[in-house]
Amino acid sequence: MTSVISTVKAEYVKELSLTGKRVDQRTLMQMRNVRLETGVLKNAEGSCLAHFGDTKVLVGVKLDLVTPFSDRPDEGTLSFNSEFSTLAHPEFESGPPNEMSIELARVVDRGIRSAEAVNLKELGTVRTADGVKCLGLYIDIYPLDHNGNLTDAAALAAMAALATTTVPSLEGNKLVRDGSGTPLKLQRLATTCSFEFVGDKVLLDATDEEEAASLGRLTIGVTDDDKLCSGQKSGRNGIKPEKLAELAGIALEKGRELLKLIPSR
Amino acid sequence: MREIKMEAGTLKKARGSAMVEWGRNKVVAGVYGPREVFPKFLSNPYRAIINAKYAMAPFCSLEEHGRAGPNRRSIEISKVIKHVFENNVVVEEFPKTKIDITMEIIQSDGGTRVSAIAAASLALIDAGIPVRDIVTPISVGKIAGQLVVDLDKDEDNYGESDMPMAFSHRTGELLLWQMDGMLTHAELKQALSMGLEATRKVRAIQEAALKTAFENAAEACEEEGDSQ
Repeated sequence: MTSVISTVKAEYVKELSLTGKRVDQRTLMQMRNVRLETGVLKNAEGSCLAHFGDTKVLVGVKLDLVTPFSDRPDEGTLSFNSEFSTLAHPEFESGPPNEMSIELARVVDRGIRSAEAVNLKELGTVRTADGVKCLGLYIDIYPLDHNGNLTDAAALAAMAALATTTVPSLEGNKLVRDGSGTPLKLQRLATTCSFEFVGDKVLLDATDEEEAASLGRLTIGVTDDDKLCSGQKSGRNGIKPEKLAELAGIALEKGRELLKLIPSR
Repeated sequence: MREIKMEAGTLKKARGSAMVEWGRNKVVAGVYGPREVFPKFLSNPYRAIINAKYAMAPFCSLEEHGRAGPNRRSIEISKVIKHVFENNVVVEEFPKTKIDITMEIIQSDGGTRVSAIAAASLALIDAGIPVRDIVTPISVGKIAGQLVVDLDKDEDNYGESDMPMAFSHRTGELLLWQMDGMLTHAELKQALSMGLEATRKVRAIQEAALKTAFENAAEACEEEGDSQ
């Protein structure tokens, strides 16, 4: 699937990394400029467009009344999905979600769910004619411009979108989206930090060219109270446990900076 | 740790196979290949591609009937298991081919991906496919504030954290690492060293299973020789 040009660029990225340099002049552990725009959509209950350099990921949050899971009858639900639109990258193809897209949504899901960012018990249940319903939060991830590190952009955008979500008020058995809602309460903030393994070097916040040159990725979820909340090694690289522990320390530090960008209400 | 039983060479038709019983988990793994890739454009001119399929049988859990076919969870697990064996198999030896690894969970009780990786590694070696090492997996988690190895289903569901991992002891590297739930940085370090320590026992069981399989094969060869 990779084109000749991307293969040549990947070789260049690898060569540069030997001397500890990157194509865009960053240091190995330097992030690109990160910017969050929240509330970009008026119809969604929450939204955020995250910019990581040229990477743009949009996240929309909608709430609906849904049937609770049978093993958690008193809790609301969280569902994450990601849609790799063909406009975001020349190698994205239309069709059902592929394994990359599924992995992205599940890694973002794990971080926010494990951190218990949303208190699902507090979302509450309602008795309706169709039985007991609860509030279901749908978090949809839309990469618009894939220039690398979709995972961290999606995780931070999802957290910022949730942090600015309004829960519609309930009238009888219906959600009323007339601006009378209340802010969604969060117990904690969480995001991820991803590292790419290029040659014997490790790069933070990689571009798509750097990802093409990479053997594998390590994503570590972190919270605003300095806990690790998720992890995923993806790719054919191996990692020494000591290296993983070292990168977890860097993730905690970088994650703290990223989470400061989320607007407080 | 739970009781672990392993057997290599369980199936006749597959080129390599293994069965692992890990507590109440039961997994059968089978390997075919290296063989031709269809469609051809999916093949890699420099190395074999690994096709890993992790699947849970509809009857495998203590709860309700499951749905057959892949779901989002099994697609993600299959992907990370594929990456484990892309590192482990000497894929450069077999350009333009694919190696299929199928792992069927026929009974589940927490830690199924760990049991599946243990079985898949044995099946690959049983198939005679060159690998760099035995891959040895374990899960470490946190229950009621305590770090423990080898979580079962209830411990996973009611515990605070779960971290499946797989090691190559030759290099000391992690080939699989996933985590959910909250841990401190110090707990992560401790969990990783507890995991490495626990896999020594798992690896001994894997080695014993392979030894038995190869001894049986050698005996079968001798008997064949005597009868001629």
